[in-house]
Amino acid sequence: MIDLLTIFVLAVFVGFEVVSKVSTILHTPLMSGANAIHGVILVGAILITGKADTTVELVLGLAAVFLATVNVVGGFVVTDRMLEMFKGHKR
Amino acid sequence: MTPSWVQLAYLAAALCFVLALKGLSTPRFARAGNLIGAAGMALAVVTAFVHGAVHNGLLIAVAVVLGVVVGVPAARNVKMTAIPQMVALFNGVGGAAAALVALAEFLTVHEGDVLFRIATVLTVLIGSVSFSGSLLTFAKLQELMTTRPVILPAGRIVSIGVAALSGLLAVAVFVSSSGALLIALAVAGLLLGVVFVLPVGGADVPIAISLLNAFTGLAVAASGYVLANTLLIVAGTLVGASGTLLTRMMAQAMGRSLANILFGAFTATVAQAQSGEQRTVRSGTVEDVAILLGYAHSVVVVPGYGLAVAQAQHAARELVQLLEARGIAVSYGIHPVAGRMPGHMNVLLAEADVPYEQLKELDDVNPGMTSIDVAVVVGANDVVNPGARDEPGSPIYGMPIFDVDRARAVVFMKRSMRPGFAGIDNTLLYNPKTTLLFGDAKDSLTKLLAAVKAL
Repeated sequence: MIDLLTIFVLAVFVGFEVVSKVSTILHTPLMSGANAIHGVILVGAILITGKADTTVELVLGLAAVFLATVNVVGGFVVTDRMLEMFKGHKR
Repeated sequence: MTPSWVQLAYLAAALCFVLALKGLSTPRFARAGNLIGAAGMALAVVTAFVHGAVHNGLLIAVAVVLGVVVGVPAARNVKMTAIPQMVALFNGVGGAAAALVALAEFLTVHEGDVLFRIATVLTVLIGSVSFSGSLLTFAKLQELMTTRPVILPAGRIVSIGVAALSGLLAVAVFVSSSGALLIALAVAGLLLGVVFVLPVGGADVPIAISLLNAFTGLAVAASGYVLANTLLIVAGTLVGASGTLLTRMMAQAMGRSLANILFGAFTATVAQAQSGEQRTVRSGTVEDVAILLGYAHSVVVVPGYGLAVAQAQHAARELVQLLEARGIAVSYGIHPVAGRMPGHMNVLLAEADVPYEQLKELDDVNPGMTSIDVAVVVGANDVVNPGARDEPGSPIYGMPIFDVDRARAVVFMKRSMRPGFAGIDNTLLYNPKTTLLFGDAKDSLTKLLAAVKAL
């Protein structure tokens, strides 16, 4: 339990640290990228569905898998499209 | 117990996410950062599947494929102008997924230690708030509903009531470990998300999205405690922390405090019911404006969302190039919140191949504004509204603006006299220095282009 708390506190600091120097131009792509990353709930959704043994759990789990997948792939693809716009005429 | 190879794979994925966020904060590595994040995600998902999908593997695979089939085309085909609402939508489904995961786990386990119960309650509550809140921001940005702050009759009491009910249910679930109560809590969370976003108006919606994004991160982190999964804790917390900081930075870019944005609609004394007197505006012809521009020495173009919806980026770029060919110094003034989200306008102009060096920020443009001959406002409104600087009663008071009213002349291209996204009247329109050019931004710019060529 303390281990998990330690991880949490450290992750908070890392989270603050990595975005502390972002320029305004990148606010939108960064938000979108972070949005894709919290789609990691897909891992949780897969684990829960993998051990489901009642119909209710199965249905809830599969719904979660579906929604989380939309979050993940949609998030990364949209971010990539945004960033694609920036390349090309920087150099 | 989770085998070591799985733990190690999760650790690698977590590292990828840190590098992804780090990369996304610098223009050079942004795209690589996003790809690293995607790679980390792929690793995590495959690991979870191989290790965790003991049963129902086929069904899970089908659900993933369905998600890809829905998600990829949605993200591929969305117009650049509609990106903010798309992000809101993806955020919402993520929140919903977190809530469902916690719900499913709780219904299986029934009871657990204190940490498990707290984590379950938090995941379900925050996930539901994020889901309904995000759907509502989507509706606002898509203009399916009014973009103005909506204040229900007795709105404050309703909000406090829903919040209190949620708190009560949260405690009740914690004490009783009742599945039925947890479902009730989810419903209360959905309501809470609605009353939370309703009063947030127009230009502030993107900040609400950013905050809800951080919320979903926290819900995912909490779900990590429910499942005792370190990757979910790390990744969720990363997003929660960075999202909170990002939200604060966005609010600062608008010169507003977060509390004011979220709860401003309740406290704002409606100072808007000012003079209904008829003020005169001066509208000009394309030829007038062409002469004004063609013989200027320095011009600054302030683009807004109107330019983006009219797909007028290319026309704007052509006009700017033509003016430059005549020896006129031209730059673009990009407000941090131009468009619908911070940085949105940069994306849109980059799409039209506008050179990066011509995009100037507030602090680069404002000091020299008095020596600018013509400021051209294309489809922007709130970001040039002097009310934000001069009228303490204005809902956007304190937001930094382009001081285009200090330029020698202003050309204001607008579709109509309709106020901007924030729904506030703009005194700049009635300024004697201002020439209005009504019409679709692309149309006006194209005509202007021809008129300048003819000079």
